[in-house]
Amino acid sequence: MLLAPVVWVLTVVICYFFIAKTWWFPPPINAHGVAYDTQFMRTLIVVGIIFFLAQFALGWVIWKFRNDGGRASHSHGNNKLETLWTSATALLFLGLVVMGTKIWAGVHFDEAPPDSVQIEVMAKQFAFNFRYPGADGKFGHTELRLINDANGDPFGMDPKDPAGKDDILSASLKVPAGKSIKLILHSRDVIHNFFVPELRMKQDIVPGMEIPLHFQADKIGVYEVPCSELCGLGHFQMHTTMQVMSESDFEQWKQQQLANR
Amino acid sequence: MQGPPPPIDTGWGGEGDSSGRGADRRASFTGLFVLLAACTMAFAALSSAFVVRRGLSDMNDWVSIGKPPILFVNTAVLLLSSFLLDASRRALKAGARSRFNLYWSAATGLGILFLAGQAFAWYQLRQAGIFIATNPASSFFYVFTAAHAFHILGGVAALVYVDVQALRLRLGPAKRTAIDVTAIFWHFLDGLWLYLMVLFYVWG
Amino acid sequence: MASPSTHTAHHAPQGFIRKYIFSLDHKVIGIQYYFLGLFSVFLGMSLSLLMRFHMVNPNVVVKWFATLWPTAAAGGIMTPELYLSLMTMHGTIMVFFVLTTVPQSGFGNYFLPIQIGAEDMAFPVLNMMSFWTTFLALVVMVAAFFVQGGAPLSGWTAYPPLSGAGPLTGPGEGMGQNLWILSIAIFCGASLMGAINFIATTVDLRCKGMTLMRMPLTCWTWLVTAILGLLGFAVLLSAGVLLLLDRIAGTSFFLPAGMFINDHIIANHKGGSPLLWQHLFWFFGHPEVYIAILPGMGVTSQLLSTFSRKPVFGYKAMVYAILSIGFLGFLVWGHHMFMSGMNPYSAMAFSVLTMCIGVPSAIKTFNWIGTLWGGKIHFDTAMLFALGFVSLFVTGGVSGIFLGQPALDLYFHDTYFVVGHFHMIMGVAAIFGMFAGTFYWFPKMFGRMMNETLGKIHFYLTFIGVYCIFTPMHYVGIMGNPRRYSDFSNVGYLANAMPLHQFMTYAAFVTATAQLIFLFNLIWSIRKGAKAPVNPWNSTTLEWTVPSPPPFDNFGGVHPVVYRGAYEYSVPGAPTDFIMQTVPPQVIAQGD
Repeated sequence: MLLAPVVWVLTVVICYFFIAKTWWFPPPINAHGVAYDTQFMRTLIVVGIIFFLAQFALGWVIWKFRNDGGRASHSHGNNKLETLWTSATALLFLGLVVMGTKIWAGVHFDEAPPDSVQIEVMAKQFAFNFRYPGADGKFGHTELRLINDANGDPFGMDPKDPAGKDDILSASLKVPAGKSIKLILHSRDVIHNFFVPELRMKQDIVPGMEIPLHFQADKIGVYEVPCSELCGLGHFQMHTTMQVMSESDFEQWKQQQLANR
Repeated sequence: MQGPPPPIDTGWGGEGDSSGRGADRRASFTGLFVLLAACTMAFAALSSAFVVRRGLSDMNDWVSIGKPPILFVNTAVLLLSSFLLDASRRALKAGARSRFNLYWSAATGLGILFLAGQAFAWYQLRQAGIFIATNPASSFFYVFTAAHAFHILGGVAALVYVDVQALRLRLGPAKRTAIDVTAIFWHFLDGLWLYLMVLFYVWG
Repeated sequence: MASPSTHTAHHAPQGFIRKYIFSLDHKVIGIQYYFLGLFSVFLGMSLSLLMRFHMVNPNVVVKWFATLWPTAAAGGIMTPELYLSLMTMHGTIMVFFVLTTVPQSGFGNYFLPIQIGAEDMAFPVLNMMSFWTTFLALVVMVAAFFVQGGAPLSGWTAYPPLSGAGPLTGPGEGMGQNLWILSIAIFCGASLMGAINFIATTVDLRCKGMTLMRMPLTCWTWLVTAILGLLGFAVLLSAGVLLLLDRIAGTSFFLPAGMFINDHIIANHKGGSPLLWQHLFWFFGHPEVYIAILPGMGVTSQLLSTFSRKPVFGYKAMVYAILSIGFLGFLVWGHHMFMSGMNPYSAMAFSVLTMCIGVPSAIKTFNWIGTLWGGKIHFDTAMLFALGFVSLFVTGGVSGIFLGQPALDLYFHDTYFVVGHFHMIMGVAAIFGMFAGTFYWFPKMFGRMMNETLGKIHFYLTFIGVYCIFTPMHYVGIMGNPRRYSDFSNVGYLANAMPLHQFMTYAAFVTATAQLIFLFNLIWSIRKGAKAPVNPWNSTTLEWTVPSPPPFDNFGGVHPVVYRGAYEYSVPGAPTDFIMQTVPPQVIAQGD
């Protein structure tokens, strides 16, 4: 019956594009990303086999058992077979979760190393803003009523707080390569999301919550950060970049920013 | 030889039979319990929101509100109405129609009185400057009491319906189910109110 | 064995209004729901076509946009807020007014009573009210398009503060969002009424001999779906009330302190939690997707059995699978919230439970193939759609294995991978369940046959079409394509995704056009289709023992008695390759 070859052709085409990686992830830029891709491949292989076999079996039964006038076999089931494929499925699925736990733990169970570079992220409709604490390692006090977007101060820095004097504000994220980074995510209006595909990491930014996210980026380059949680009409334009640079370049950048203030 | 005594008409109809009054009665009870399950879930959702919101109150914006003492009077009124409903059902079983009418009407009246008492409680809160948005505790108080009152309103409508039918002497065996279903619903709302009182006074 | 009938019987309605508008007859009500769903699906589909068009042509001027939306599409170019409001309404209308109505309230209303041998639903007046309440909800929802600011833009998920802080967060977030919440609240009420009926009917009105384990699988799915709806919609109603209060009464259930929106400091809200909304919403939202798919699974089981002339493989296992899917469905809501900022340890717990729910789904798939194995398959259009359901359910389901792992969700959350996943399973598999049900039950409902040639053309175009539309979504998702973007030109790395988006848009337009074939087939066949026999498919369940269409009280005053299970096909030694449920055992012995 025509449906069988249709199902088979669709299956083969779909599998092909996964195998050929025609449309694929950007290359990872850290160890977490590599681990992520490994877990993805494990899942893809398991899922791919299940997908292929299930669609193949469907096509096969459609083909083999088309009506030819005779009587069908009468069977109410097979408990042994049921138990077998149920247990196999359960084992496979749960196994995958267990294998992925380490990756999840690395992002969320473990605390950021104490020497991480701290960067505050402030998301708003429709831009990301970043703040570095400067040499004193402390973020200056901010207040909503001091916010002045037009003048380049989306945080609302309090001029009376000395800790804020060396804070660096930036519209894009700059980080040193090979060092642990700890982002402290804030939103001042609705829910947003920080996502860097090459990092294989994203996190919702929720107003009223202060959410830490730590990572390390090893490869120098500029990577796009598109907002990934619907935040209003400008959601599609809410976008920044993460630039990973050498440590010396990073220090230089910081000096430059302070000088320009 | 004498056959078995004829079955007493308890209003349940034939066994294993999906037709007749029996099926209607069974289905009505199933429907009622299903409804109660939904009501429970709705209040469970509000309760979990309550717990979460209270736990989040690290900004100390959860301020326990002073609850108008009339709430205790309202509680007593509601409990009394439930008791009267049950007494009226027992009266009906014993065949005492006029006692049934009296108690049921009294219970209905008390139900309406409860609603009036709740409205007065809200009035007193407003006089004290406590409104729905004053603080999270007051928000939940208003939401819970309003949701409960909404269900009481439905219950009162059912009570009134039965009352009117009774007073018009139109309460044959077929209506027994309506009586039982209404009474159980009312008792549920009673129990729900007691739970809410505990919530308000212990954690609110 | 006749027994006196009760409330509904003997009083066939008179007059047009009583017969067709405010009918108490579950069959009429089922058809009313079906057509409400049909209207809604074409509305929802049009919205998606507008969306797909805009995604690949964000700057193209379309003159009649300006006529329809003078503010939101001034100059004929769709603004981002218009796109988002179309998207919000597309999702809302499809999920609520199509997927939650047609399979359950449409087919279920029509066929549950008949399949269990009852004259009508337990509460016919409540049934009528449930339909008109749903209708009212739809009217209120559509009204959101016409108020100032237009329809809301916060998605069908309506996360606060975007949905909770009022018009400051964006156009449509004024009256539009209020109407949306009101509509959903009304819909919750309607659903509750329906659930009461379905459960009471299934529990109490089964005819003699119709034990639970002899019920067709469709009835099991309708029962479990009703329970899911009962418990889930109650929670959604509470959540909606709280959201509305945040919007109009100044409360702070979901709105945190310290918000600065659109140059305004929001001072009056204190310490509410946006995550609380997500928990409440998804506690409903996850069971909701099982509400959308379970009846389709029931129909598929029924059809695979009928058209392969074989009993369902592992009926008991199928029942347990339905029950476990229903039960586990309440425990996995957190998998929509892995990235939300919730406790990461709960994320692992939700993940394990999510994988568990994959198991009964897999059982069902294996059993469907087991049903086909060794059968004699007839490829009527209804069967094609049931087979298509299996294929699409597999495709849609397996992508869930990726998303159910928080480790992998770190990339895939809010990308097109998710959009592809849920469209495959809801937007296609569930829809195929509806098509299958239509072709299978049309003869019974309307007394005529649908056209098979048109049906087959429609099937193949749609089956291939939906694969073309939704599979590429997984690929662009792997590329990192975020969802809910009206326009991709702002993200450099998405330039390579555009050819796929173009392809998807073409496929969408072609597939949508193909649906006109179905619509024509449906309407034409109602009026001019070949007259249908009582049992065109030689099927065994009770609806095929009564005339097409059935009389007012379904069984003509006689209560059926059931002697056997629902899927006695190709029983060895039987004279025919099917035995109806009402056939007593002695008759078969005599046939030897």
